[in-house]
Amino acid sequence: MSNADKARAGGYIPRDRGWHPAPFHPPYKTSVKRAPQAALLSFPSTLSEETGPVFGHTMLGPLDNDLILNFAAPGEAAIGPRIIVHGRVRDEAGRGVAGALLEVWQANAGGRYRHKKESYLAALDPNFGGCGRVITDTDGRYEFRTVMPGPYPWPNGMNDWRPAHIHFSLFGAGFAQRLITQMYFEGDPLIAHCPIIGSISDPAAVGALVAPLDMARTVPMDARAYKFDITLRGRRQTTFENRPEGL
Amino acid sequence: MVQPIDILKETPSQTAGPYVHIGCTPNVTGIHGIYDTDLGASMKTGPVKGQEIILTGTVYDGMGAALKDAMVEIWQADAAGIYPSAQDPRGPADPNFTGWGRSAGDMQTGAFRFETVKPGRVPFPDGRMQAPHVTFWIVARGINIGLHTRAYFADEPEANAEDPILTRIEHQSRTQTLLAEPDGSGGYRFDIHLQGPNETVFFDI
Repeated sequence: MSNADKARAGGYIPRDRGWHPAPFHPPYKTSVKRAPQAALLSFPSTLSEETGPVFGHTMLGPLDNDLILNFAAPGEAAIGPRIIVHGRVRDEAGRGVAGALLEVWQANAGGRYRHKKESYLAALDPNFGGCGRVITDTDGRYEFRTVMPGPYPWPNGMNDWRPAHIHFSLFGAGFAQRLITQMYFEGDPLIAHCPIIGSISDPAAVGALVAPLDMARTVPMDARAYKFDITLRGRRQTTFENRPEGL
Repeated sequence: MVQPIDILKETPSQTAGPYVHIGCTPNVTGIHGIYDTDLGASMKTGPVKGQEIILTGTVYDGMGAALKDAMVEIWQADAAGIYPSAQDPRGPADPNFTGWGRSAGDMQTGAFRFETVKPGRVPFPDGRMQAPHVTFWIVARGINIGLHTRAYFADEPEANAEDPILTRIEHQSRTQTLLAEPDGSGGYRFDIHLQGPNETVFFDI
């Protein structure tokens, strides 16, 4: 892409902060003292936000997108329902975001995280670490393989349980696109009870985080599949410009 | 009825949670053998140009308690003011500088630390020059959407006085929350207050 093309890309489309979760949401107790009280300062994006770190496919190891095997002893595998999670990362105009780095982390099939500060009595799986990463292809597509995480209790209300979820961290082409979110699973009855999800007020926005079962991508006698498409912020474009985001 | 605007909605944010380090800095968490090194642990891949500095600080909540589970990322230009990004049209950046760092913080104190270089000046869209700054992005348990802010340098008063963003802060008394202070040993200290009387200015960009 020439510098002349780059000059025609505008600033990032502003975030719709009524669509995103409220920073201050008292039912999610930790948010009460961790939410800013002053208004955010708005300004149009600058080069500081329109640029971002570059990650190359060469940094990936062969098992980075396979959580069933990337922590397992030779010849062994993580325990739990085997699933493939796949989808497409696109911008708000629907253009695929190529070269986007996705980092994922999750609990094991019993809802136990491999973390020093985690004390839930469910057992660790010696063959499951819980992290993986992948970089989108030229069309913005990604996929990884894992076990379906279990729900787990957390000290918030007297009897709060997180729905099964996988955490996602995303880098697009610009630091303004930086996003961390969580993917949930179609049909999980805990979704309606969760105070963290409850920080999102629009049911359509909650729905955007719920991955449907995808029987078309399910591998018979091996692993079910869930589809999770992700939308990152897009940049404004001037007339007649027509190029994929990030290329 | 009019036609709908054909635009997708951004995927909503969710908190990074208390175990963000499993996914982003697994070696710090004690998960070894999956990644050789944690991403963002080093911002230098060789000898770098410019003034090398150490940038440290702590994130505090509205009760003045240090966050021990935050993840802090920084993004900045090189010493010449060029971003090591394909999106920067102004030419190549220092090839030994990544511009991006990630810190899980100290597990006991929460203090973050970046070994980096003092950034050069970068233009604002209208051509005015911004003062040297480092972009910060903070996530943690209890933070539902990542917080953007900037560290400027207290020993750059002339540049700061004409910075297009610092000068548009309505309550000018708050600009001091964006100043990293020299710590006397060649480094800078930048504390972040999420809430309360010394609340850091956060950005919607």
